[in-house]
Amino acid sequence: MYQYDQYDQAMVDARVAEFRDQCQRRIDGKLTEEQFKPLRLMNGLYLQLHAYMLRVAIPYGTLSGRQMRALADIADKFDRKYGHFTTRQNIQYNWIKLEDAGDILAELAKVEMHAIQTSGNCIRNISSDHFAGAAADEVTDPRPYAELLRQWSSFHPEFSYLPRKFKFAVIASDTDRAAMRLHDIGIQIVRNEAGELGAAFYVGGGMGRTPMIAPCIRQFVPLDQLITYSEACLRVYNRYGRRDNKYKARIKILVHELGAEEYTRQVEAEFAHLLEQGIEPPFAELARIRTFFEDPAFEAGAADELDRSDPDFAVWADRNTHPHKQAGYLSAVISLKPVGGIPGDATADQMRLMAQLAEDYSFDECRVIHTQNIVLPHVRKADLYAVWQKLEASGLGTPNLDQVGDIIACPGLDYCSLANARSIPVAQRISERFAANGKGETLGELKLKISGCINACGHHHAGHIGILGVDKKGVENYQLLLGGSEAEDTSLGKITGPGFSEDGIVDAVETAADVYLAQRQDGERFLDTYRRIGMEPFKEALYG
Amino acid sequence: MAELLRFRDDAVPAEPAVTVDAFVEQSNALAVRIEPGDDARKLIPFLDRLRLVEVNFPVFGDGRGYSAARILREHGYSGEMRAVGDVLVDQIAYLQRCGFDAFEPDEPLAAEDVEKALARFPQAYQQTTDGRIPIWDLRHGTAHG
Repeated sequence: MYQYDQYDQAMVDARVAEFRDQCQRRIDGKLTEEQFKPLRLMNGLYLQLHAYMLRVAIPYGTLSGRQMRALADIADKFDRKYGHFTTRQNIQYNWIKLEDAGDILAELAKVEMHAIQTSGNCIRNISSDHFAGAAADEVTDPRPYAELLRQWSSFHPEFSYLPRKFKFAVIASDTDRAAMRLHDIGIQIVRNEAGELGAAFYVGGGMGRTPMIAPCIRQFVPLDQLITYSEACLRVYNRYGRRDNKYKARIKILVHELGAEEYTRQVEAEFAHLLEQGIEPPFAELARIRTFFEDPAFEAGAADELDRSDPDFAVWADRNTHPHKQAGYLSAVISLKPVGGIPGDATADQMRLMAQLAEDYSFDECRVIHTQNIVLPHVRKADLYAVWQKLEASGLGTPNLDQVGDIIACPGLDYCSLANARSIPVAQRISERFAANGKGETLGELKLKISGCINACGHHHAGHIGILGVDKKGVENYQLLLGGSEAEDTSLGKITGPGFSEDGIVDAVETAADVYLAQRQDGERFLDTYRRIGMEPFKEALYG
Repeated sequence: MAELLRFRDDAVPAEPAVTVDAFVEQSNALAVRIEPGDDARKLIPFLDRLRLVEVNFPVFGDGRGYSAARILREHGYSGEMRAVGDVLVDQIAYLQRCGFDAFEPDEPLAAEDVEKALARFPQAYQQTTDGRIPIWDLRHGTAHG
């Protein structure tokens, strides 16, 4: 994985000093909260309902064992012995004291980590495919390009006061595991007919209150123009994105209002100009970054058989692993969704165990998935049973990847000052309901996503089943959506009809699941059945 | 009048700044003031007679002025580029990187804070128009001059 050199380290160290200074000015009363707010937000420090929350960047979700351990230590020392992994492949600490913020950043800097641009109207942490470098279906590892973009976007002087936040995702396979088209810019690394690698640019996707699927504005940007093209996309947005209304300020609104064709025309004109400015890093820089993402020393001829004699292990192995490009290896997914648990939360001790497993069994690497789980990307099949036993002993062996219990949920009204309704208790109750009725396994792949407000941090638009919490005259009310997908068949869910109470929404999810079970044909997932039969049968069962 | 912080050796232009539209129409105007919604590219045909560009930041969070300044620098403008308005010490390094060489903030900035802010980051990841050598050039020795 990528390692800092003296330049990267100096930049992060400078940021620690700067932010320490800003926090001190606030504590001393030299900055008002109003003046301090944009500064702390540029560094991932939010003031939530009960305390400060600090969001730490995990570039493209990749962590070494040492880094995961440092995150555990921070949870122990500065928080309540746990952390929350997010849909941006980051981690958040919910109970931070302002006085500690500088020290936490200093701890992070020691392991080449930071909280730079994890909030604010700037380019946020670059996300990517969590199976990068391991999946058999990728044309190349997308992470070198994500790293190139990370450096370019860090402290970008022109794009630090954009109309609104800005999110990139980079993938390199036709299977989209990163919700690429629901980002401000989604990049797919592709190979053209001449066999050269390049980048397809999808611009103007997003969730929030106006969900949109990004159109492709260019099929192929040569790799030695990747930064220049990104700069052109951002400059047009910075100049013409709406600033009169924060709810219309994301790039998706600009692309929608101008039309993809006109936006593209403006980007291409800017691109032609910027190509003459020499702003693209030399190819040698990309080559340098690539060396950090070469394959680890896989064991040639590793045994390709799994010992499935333990039935509980066999269930987990079938459910929570993903095929690897190297024979004899798998990617193993650690579910942070135990029955009735808080989606994405991990205790400090669990983080330490995951760090140890990464070091012992996965070439010192683990990844955060945007579904709030953790991957050990490179596990020998021969070691998988030992890995599972250790996970199982620590409450991390839940076999529910992509099932109804593997719920994405935002922090909701339990923590977030923007929320209208609680998300976590709803997720917990749904998870318990399907564990009790035993339907989880029968239902197969069913992606359920819950947001506690219209900002859609819980990706409810993209859930096969989505839930949106709203405030209805002071009472929490939950809308049900069906038919969303964040994968390569991207679609946006549709609201079924009137919302439900907290009890009612749990019943409604089960009712929708039952409609699917009654109607499904061979091999169909919930989403496939919904797409075939449409909304009506579900509506009838829910409201009829 | 707000205090002027200037990183240039030439004389301060005395001409009053006019709006972009007025500047384009008046062949004797020498100074212009760009508001956030203005298109800086309208000035490109007139760079020869331009002595002073003021870019107004009514609120510091409106970042359009950063693009305006860089565009003019990329097209060869070498006169004074002055950031005016809600200009705070925490933005000053980014403004400088985008081509600003004079600052006229609504609230005066302490000289030592400015010095500290401009010296804070040892290097930069991007190529802009301020002449700093980006990190990728330092790594690979591809810097010219």
